[in-house]
Amino acid sequence: MSKNINSMMLKRQSAEKRFRFYGQASLAIALIMLVVIISSMTYRSIPAFTNYGLNLSINLSKENIAQDNINYRRLIRDNISLLDSGCDDRKCRKEFLRLFSSGAAYELRDTIENDPSLIGKDFSKFILFSDDADLFYKFGIDNSLPESERRLNDREITWLNGFKELGLVEKRFSTNLFTNGDSREPEIAGVLGAVIGSLLTILITLIISFPIGVLSAIYLESFAPKNKLTDFTEVNINNLAAVPSIVFGLLGLALFINFFGMPRSAPLVGGCVLSLMTLPVIIIATRASLQSVPPSIREAALAVGASEMQVVFQHLLPAALPGILTGTIIGLARAFGESAPLLLIGMVAFVVDIPGSFTDPATALPVQVYLWADSPERAFVAKTSAATLVLIFLLIIINLAAVILRKKYQLKW
Amino acid sequence: MVDGTENDIKPNGNYSSDNNLLIDCKNVDVFYGDKQALYNVSLGINEKEVTSLIGPSGCGKSTFLRCLNRMNDVIDSCSISGNITINGEDIYNPNIDVVELRSRIGMVFQKPNPFPKSVFDNVAYGPRLHGKIADKDEMSHKVEASLVRAGLWDEIKDRLNEPGTSLSGGQQQRLCIARAIAVDPEIILMDEPCSALDPIATAKIEELIDELKTNYTIVIVTHSMQQAARVSQRTAFFHLGNLIEVGDTENIFRSPENEQTEAYVTGRYG
Repeated sequence: MSKNINSMMLKRQSAEKRFRFYGQASLAIALIMLVVIISSMTYRSIPAFTNYGLNLSINLSKENIAQDNINYRRLIRDNISLLDSGCDDRKCRKEFLRLFSSGAAYELRDTIENDPSLIGKDFSKFILFSDDADLFYKFGIDNSLPESERRLNDREITWLNGFKELGLVEKRFSTNLFTNGDSREPEIAGVLGAVIGSLLTILITLIISFPIGVLSAIYLESFAPKNKLTDFTEVNINNLAAVPSIVFGLLGLALFINFFGMPRSAPLVGGCVLSLMTLPVIIIATRASLQSVPPSIREAALAVGASEMQVVFQHLLPAALPGILTGTIIGLARAFGESAPLLLIGMVAFVVDIPGSFTDPATALPVQVYLWADSPERAFVAKTSAATLVLIFLLIIINLAAVILRKKYQLKW
Repeated sequence: MVDGTENDIKPNGNYSSDNNLLIDCKNVDVFYGDKQALYNVSLGINEKEVTSLIGPSGCGKSTFLRCLNRMNDVIDSCSISGNITINGEDIYNPNIDVVELRSRIGMVFQKPNPFPKSVFDNVAYGPRLHGKIADKDEMSHKVEASLVRAGLWDEIKDRLNEPGTSLSGGQQQRLCIARAIAVDPEIILMDEPCSALDPIATAKIEELIDELKTNYTIVIVTHSMQQAARVSQRTAFFHLGNLIEVGDTENIFRSPENEQTEAYVTGRYG
């Protein structure tokens, strides 16, 4: 008999140990995956955070011109030509110019507009290399390939090596990545436009889906008559939560853009579409956290003479708030990382300007990642990883906010 | 479930006593869906007395108690027929305002259920809700008076800003009583208020009930027959949804008329 019990105990203990091991193992696997993803992403994004350029001396002292009249493109071109290229024909000079970023003229314009006193002086300006030259300094070039299959020909390589020998080449942190919108030129492309677009979109989503979601959950939970219609609504809300996001995109296209005539590519429409997607999540989370409030609190309030609405807003809602906020933020985080529905409503457009309002054309961060991943320029590989890192970083911030809010509003029972 | 003999010996609700009849229930039937929980209960409750409702689990005494402040309204499947009047006013009249009714009838539950707010806010909640007291000083007087009356003031007068849920179980229950009396009800309903408490806390609550009866009419559901004998003037015995016997507590415990009552109070079943 006691032998039986002993073997039973042993079995139970080993089952418990096994179970614990499974748990730890799966946790370890998840952690390893996370570390691998984040570190490979970080490793691949490193080149995107720096840019090579050179300090070009700009001679404005000889020319006596007004600020409005400066042709920055020519100014850059002329000053670049002062560098020794050894060219004697136009084609060669053109090739030489192509080593430098086409955004250099705009940056020079910004510098001078910020400091007009530079006019009439000689000064040096850091100008970026074009992406191919930049990549040459970062990774070198495979010389075994025939010249025609390389991004840079022998002459260009000679020039670039020449700059290096002269000590003109400098590596700087790429602020463009964080202060610019999208661009065809990888060295000037940045994520700011996409980040702002994403934030505007998610703000609309929050404004629409949070009040509607919470109020409908409250109505369904506390006021709705228990009948077939309510049951039907409930079932469908649960179904909506499982609908693929691209379907919401199609719906948004048909409803908001084609029927209501809202602008294409705008955060306003993106926010509306993402709200459709987020609403069921918020409703389900809110109902679950309302249900988890002990019924004794409801009874206590009713017995003191609170009306049904006072019970909801003075007791149930404050007690359920941490859960509601967590659900909402998880829903928003999901919407933040969503790209498929935005593709359908035109937020996949190539937008250089940083959006300034809810109706400006904009793109979102996940869509930006998609766009860059799709770009043929090799320099966008690192940019894609960098944009992904920014996306992950923002999502971590959103989730941290969820944790902090939950802690803050947690009631003590 | 109901057989003829039991119906025949149904006690008369209008039991005469020195005190005035305050709550009068006539032929109350309660259903939860198809299931009948109370059968034709007629019971009168006197003013400024403690009436205890006893009986085995599931006999319908809590259901009956919750009919008196219409807490059963909250349960969708619950339906009530019969007539319940308080001071001659039919509380199931459609014109009655349930919120106003509940402000006249306080309730204390089995498990202490203070709000997750400060002690002060717990007590002040009711008066604030009904807009009875706007003045801040007056409110703190009210809170103090209610806590004093609930016998809790001396213990927690320095802890008014702590959450009500941080008090001990017995203190929480007295806080709930203070919360109930802060709205100046006429009647206090207590649903097994001591079942979650230790003997010392129970003794305190019982003492409190004894004091409160000078100002309030109290109906208490209890599982402890000793408690019923100690605190109540009148006792009603429920069994399987029927009111079996009601009378002066002394009579119920010493010389019950009904065999079932006798069996229950002497501890032979239940």
